[in-house]
Amino acid sequence: MKKQVFIYALALIALFAFPLNGNAQHGAHGAAADHAHAEEGKLDIKGEIFGHIRDAHDWHITSFRGKHITIPLPVMIYSPTKGLDLFMSSKFEHGHASYNGYSLNHTSGKIESADGSKFYDISITKNVVSMLLSIILMLFVFTGIAKKYKSGIGRTSAPKGLQNGVEAVIDFIKDSVAVPNLGKDKYMKYMPFLLTLFFFIWVNNMFGMIPFPPGAVNLTGNIAVTLVLALIFFVIMLANSNKHFWGHMFNPPGVPFLIKLILVPIEIVSNLLIKPAALAIRLFANIFAGHTIILSVVLLIFIFGSLSKVAGLAFLPVSIGFTVFMFFLELLVAAIQAFIFTNLAAVFIGQAIEEPHH
Amino acid sequence: MDLLLPEFGLFFWTLVAFLTFFFLLKKFAWKPILEALNERESNIAESIASAERVKKEMAAMQSENEKVLNEARAERSQILREAKETKDKIVADAEGEAKGKANKIISDARQQIQNEKMAALTDVKNQVGNLVIEVSEKVLRSELKDKEAQEGYISKLASEIQMN
Repeated sequence: MKKQVFIYALALIALFAFPLNGNAQHGAHGAAADHAHAEEGKLDIKGEIFGHIRDAHDWHITSFRGKHITIPLPVMIYSPTKGLDLFMSSKFEHGHASYNGYSLNHTSGKIESADGSKFYDISITKNVVSMLLSIILMLFVFTGIAKKYKSGIGRTSAPKGLQNGVEAVIDFIKDSVAVPNLGKDKYMKYMPFLLTLFFFIWVNNMFGMIPFPPGAVNLTGNIAVTLVLALIFFVIMLANSNKHFWGHMFNPPGVPFLIKLILVPIEIVSNLLIKPAALAIRLFANIFAGHTIILSVVLLIFIFGSLSKVAGLAFLPVSIGFTVFMFFLELLVAAIQAFIFTNLAAVFIGQAIEEPHH
Repeated sequence: MDLLLPEFGLFFWTLVAFLTFFFLLKKFAWKPILEALNERESNIAESIASAERVKKEMAAMQSENEKVLNEARAERSQILREAKETKDKIVADAEGEAKGKANKIISDARQQIQNEKMAALTDVKNQVGNLVIEVSEKVLRSELKDKEAQEGYISKLASEIQMN
């Protein structure tokens, strides 16, 4: 059943997300459509991969005979001079038209202002939409489960259905992440944050593996998203840190003065910069790499195909095999990275709230 | 590489969305769920503890029962022993009494027999005496019938008497 879903997903990737671009390119748009794919008949590997990995102002489903089938998304631009602009991304016509003095650069996927003035792009991009959808789904699921608990199911009787699955994860976070790192007396305070963090990362990692909307996004592989998560963790860590933590950082006890000169800066950098940065970069890099590898393996078909049709066809099963393998691996990575982020957040918070034990 | 530079829009929306998501979940999902789970956990722990306690109580009760039973057994055997002793004593007593009574009856009977015997002997002696007297009377009577002989005999006796 699962395998069928994967093969279905793969077939969709192959059919919709990566159409052979040879003759499809110069159709309806003519010469003006010459954007992501540099030359006629030539496969722009980098453009394909990064086009799918980066954020976008519209949700690209497929291109067929030069026509891009996309879901337009709202663009919100705030400019200190011109004020707020709100319109659909379809106004840009995939980068061929400008609107209100703004245009879409097709190679970078970013909005540019015609006069070069400063503005803030707070558009609802496809990453934002996917994130909001995942949040709505999780809110729906978790408040539903909470309602069940409130009604007594799982409280005085055995839990039912989805409760079992969610409960297993909650118990896992509690018993293997929160309690060992934060201590039995304090862990309860951080459980809501750790649970939210874990489910947010995990579910969005999984959403990223769905090859069509609401998936086909690279949310947790985007540095802006992981940075926000790391910053929120950082604020929580600092807000709860105690004297002992700061004392150890600025004045490590029992260390000679000369070594302190080296140790204190290292401690400061490691606690206040490396900890959150490592969290942000680890998640970003892992998910980013996973998406890149899957896309690359799929694109191998078209690389061989551009040499000769027979080579492309011959490589098809190999590539699909690799992709299935990568999907299984990414399924694992999705959970592992969510766990690692949550666990390290708990470890770091645990170090910040640790009481002196001597 | 613009992939490594966070975009402001996504940063902004993620911050807003995640924080909203966090506070909504905290209030409407995690709080009731964690409360329910903790409640259930403590319930289960309590149930196990009380089961353990009941088990211990049961064991204690059982040992007490055993003790009471043993005591009852000991008491029963003691009662039986005492009853046997009493019975033996009663039997022995009865036997002794009976023997005494029998002996007395026998000795009484002997005494009576002796008495009867004595009475009978006396009677016999008396009768013999009477018979002797009767016979002697008869003999004497018959002897004293012959007057001459009597006189002869008296004369003889008288002759024999020497007058000094």
